[in-house]
Amino acid sequence: MGFSTRIDSIIATPPAELAAFRRMLDPCSDAALEEMACRSAALTRSHFGRTMRLFAPLYLSNECVNSCAYCGFSRENEAILRVTLEIEQVAAEARHLSEEGFRNILLVAGEHPKFVSGEYLKRCIERLHREIPSLSLEVAPMETADYLPLVAAGAEGLVVYQETYDREAYQELHLAGPKKDFDWRLDTPERAHEAGFRRIGIGVLFGLSDWRREATALAAHLFHLQRVCWTSQLTVSMPRLRPAAGEFQPRFPFGDRDFTQLLCALRITFPQVGIVLSTREPATLRDALAPLGVTMMSAGSHTEPGGYTGQGSDQLHHTVKGKKVESSCSGLSATEQFAISDDRTPGEIAAMLSSRGLEPVWKDWDSAILGNDEGKMKKEKREKTPPKPTAC
Amino acid sequence: MPLNIAGREFSSRLLLGTGKFPSGESMARALEASGAQIVTVALRRADLSGAKDPFANILEFIDPAKYLLLPNTSGANTAEEAVRLARLAAAAGLPKWVKLEIHPDPRYLLPDPIETLKATEILVGEGFTVLPYINADPVLAKRLQQVGAATVMPLGAPIGSNRGLETRAQIRIIVEQATVPVVVDAGIGAPSHAAEAIELGADAVLVNTAIAVAGDPVRMARAFRQTVEAAAEAVSAGLPMQAETAIPTSPLTAFLRES
Repeated sequence: MGFSTRIDSIIATPPAELAAFRRMLDPCSDAALEEMACRSAALTRSHFGRTMRLFAPLYLSNECVNSCAYCGFSRENEAILRVTLEIEQVAAEARHLSEEGFRNILLVAGEHPKFVSGEYLKRCIERLHREIPSLSLEVAPMETADYLPLVAAGAEGLVVYQETYDREAYQELHLAGPKKDFDWRLDTPERAHEAGFRRIGIGVLFGLSDWRREATALAAHLFHLQRVCWTSQLTVSMPRLRPAAGEFQPRFPFGDRDFTQLLCALRITFPQVGIVLSTREPATLRDALAPLGVTMMSAGSHTEPGGYTGQGSDQLHHTVKGKKVESSCSGLSATEQFAISDDRTPGEIAAMLSSRGLEPVWKDWDSAILGNDEGKMKKEKREKTPPKPTAC
Repeated sequence: MPLNIAGREFSSRLLLGTGKFPSGESMARALEASGAQIVTVALRRADLSGAKDPFANILEFIDPAKYLLLPNTSGANTAEEAVRLARLAAAAGLPKWVKLEIHPDPRYLLPDPIETLKATEILVGEGFTVLPYINADPVLAKRLQQVGAATVMPLGAPIGSNRGLETRAQIRIIVEQATVPVVVDAGIGAPSHAAEAIELGADAVLVNTAIAVAGDPVRMARAFRQTVEAAAEAVSAGLPMQAETAIPTSPLTAFLRES
């Protein structure tokens, strides 16, 4: 039974573990927060050691059929410059990230079946997975059957943020497109687990609804997934709204102190769940939070397709009512999803981590585990071997 | 008497894991201080392509002349995945020894007994020296010995939990029935836990988190070394048996011998 059928009753009558988590979010004194931070840091060291996994997002496309009030890629933003990278352009971006050290890349795309099909994603993964040991996806939710070829091609992780667990706010903010279906999105992690993804990331885009309410639902979701998706490593993100095309303003405050309190509460409640901190957050906050509970950080990120190497800059266009409209915009780049805040290079982030006694871990996965290489090599060998003549 | 695994002798009874350290340099110094001769490395952290990847260079901090490098299959969920990793490591020139870790549950990292037995059988058949990480299950330990495991490595408590020998009673049975060395792995959070395992009859212990995340990993490594050596010396000297009841200095049945 999917989480979508359980969420409302769990929130209405929270089990003891969820109620305990909720109490940790209550307004608290500085001393109480300090105590939480100490526990959080100690638990993180115990379970994850003095390490920090590094990753980078690679945007494939900023085309989107959805109309989401807060997102820079929303189809309503007809003025933005869009592009979908070709496979070799994706490879060039990945090569750049690999040279910077990344062995763990998150492929991101807007939702647009015409430009970002399952087949396109499969080809991207097949092209990259020999050079990049760990590939994850943050793309439109799919059926289990549609995920299978992506896992078989070498995708290790899937990230899907619910954005907001507040059904009412969700309907108000997702104005049109397949993303309007709250329950379909909510059950995506379970479909991903069924398809064999090894890492599953969930999260909330904070600022769309009351943060304590969102965090409680997020924790309920984690409890559920721990039971159901027991062979997947779970990660959680708590991105906050950043400036983007469309100029949407956060509806609810979620300050640094709230953010820190939530981070600690998540760690104390879920000692083994990975916690992700992206470049949405400013450098000073990232530096301070790195030892407190975070286990994965992005670095040097770009949130537009071609952002690392300028790939696709000669194919930029506008998309109006699903159709490409030429644009005289040479020399520019595609429009980003949102503005990043920490613009330090990956090398600078690695040095910052080392100075805080944390080892930056670039590689902690080998594509050989899933055997995609072996399977592929066997297939290639079979294809190269001329067929034996059949007896007459 | 030295520790003997698959015909190879080791004077140290402390094996070390290499994850969770703040840097490669810090890990290398801790290895040195620990006196360990067997060091395990997660293959997923290493570069096995031969390209000397500077961003996956964990093996460069471990001198193969000083340590037996014991590749581990952490990350594998099934026997098939673990076997594939072990073969890949051997093909990359690493020793044909493998610490078999198959834990499909990333939350508690508890080992899968069925897949572990399967993989052990396959790898032993291919000439690997197999050291399987297992839950403290005496029957599984015996089954693994039957198919040729070089040691059994029961856990004291889940990896990284530092909770000591929660499985003490089961480990005692495993030790009592073992025909291969027993290495207590996981859960050892303090030197006293390591001493307890050795005094219980385990042949060696494997420690990682307690050293890697210590305030000073080098000093902690040294503390473990000294404690394990002291416990092994005590066992060798002949530990007195523990008694459930008091033993009076004036025997209660002495009257039978009085005439």
